[in-house]
Amino acid sequence: MIRMLIPLGVFVALIVLLLSGLKSADQRQIIDSPLIGKPVPAFELPQLQQQHLSVNNAALDGRPFVLNVWASWCPSCRIEHPLITRMGREIDVPLVGLNWKDTRPEALEWLDRFGDAWDFHIFDEAGGFGIDLGVYGAPETFLVDHTGTIRHKHVGPVTEASYADLIQRIRNLQDEMES
Amino acid sequence: MMRILFLLLLIPVTLASSETWAQNSPIEALEFTREVDEKRYHALLKELRCTVCQNEPLDSSNAPLAADLRRQVYVQILDGRADFEIRDYMRERYGDFVLYNPPFAGHTLVLWLGPIVLLLAGLATGAVMVRQRRQMLRQSARN
Repeated sequence: MIRMLIPLGVFVALIVLLLSGLKSADQRQIIDSPLIGKPVPAFELPQLQQQHLSVNNAALDGRPFVLNVWASWCPSCRIEHPLITRMGREIDVPLVGLNWKDTRPEALEWLDRFGDAWDFHIFDEAGGFGIDLGVYGAPETFLVDHTGTIRHKHVGPVTEASYADLIQRIRNLQDEMES
Repeated sequence: MMRILFLLLLIPVTLASSETWAQNSPIEALEFTREVDEKRYHALLKELRCTVCQNEPLDSSNAPLAADLRRQVYVQILDGRADFEIRDYMRERYGDFVLYNPPFAGHTLVLWLGPIVLLLAGLATGAVMVRQRRQMLRQSARN
């Protein structure tokens, strides 16, 4: 009798395994970044607004910053925009935009229309810096510490739920720098 | 019988759809001076995943990012970089996930060895059952 129950047990175990897999399916869409704990890749790119000024890693050295990847063609960037605006008001570290695979006129028009809460924008028209950062879709938000190391990556639009977590992480990075 | 007929009917449909798929291939036409490079290019595009549209390899994805990554593969092949260097380039940025063939490592042991273990377990169970059945038959023959 007990031996007859073995296949049933295996079956139930399989069902449980598959159901638990279904539950975490959404999270598995998100690719863990191998860049966490690694330095920000080297870059040298123009700014979006002041195109004659270029930015590189050194410009951001010495304190934590937020790097927010966006583009005017990206609908989810519109969704997170109010929270990014709020973040720009609430944090004491630079909020840097990475305008990715966009055109300058369209990006500038987008900022005019919706508002510009970032400190400045890096203009990555060809998308090369994005690839170096392992960006696979805008928006993505990176937190970088004062040594230039990537410490956290948020994929997709910042939501009410993830906003508090991001703010807390930014504060932790500031504390780390001061201690 | 009906079922087999039905399956046979499906064959031309799948063939036709794979044909149109080939015609609509999103891959840009590129120039290669060496045929071997072109083969490497197409082989690499098949084993690299498009990270935006996660169930497509690079060679069948229309996503703009996939086009950029194809471009990277192309440029790096022309630069004379080896296949493993190109794979590493992608892995450094997008992780193991970008490879359709995940590496054989600690965290992928279950993935690689799991099917073999299951197969062996199945064979062992089958062998035990056959042996028991034989013994039963022998005993009943004796009686």
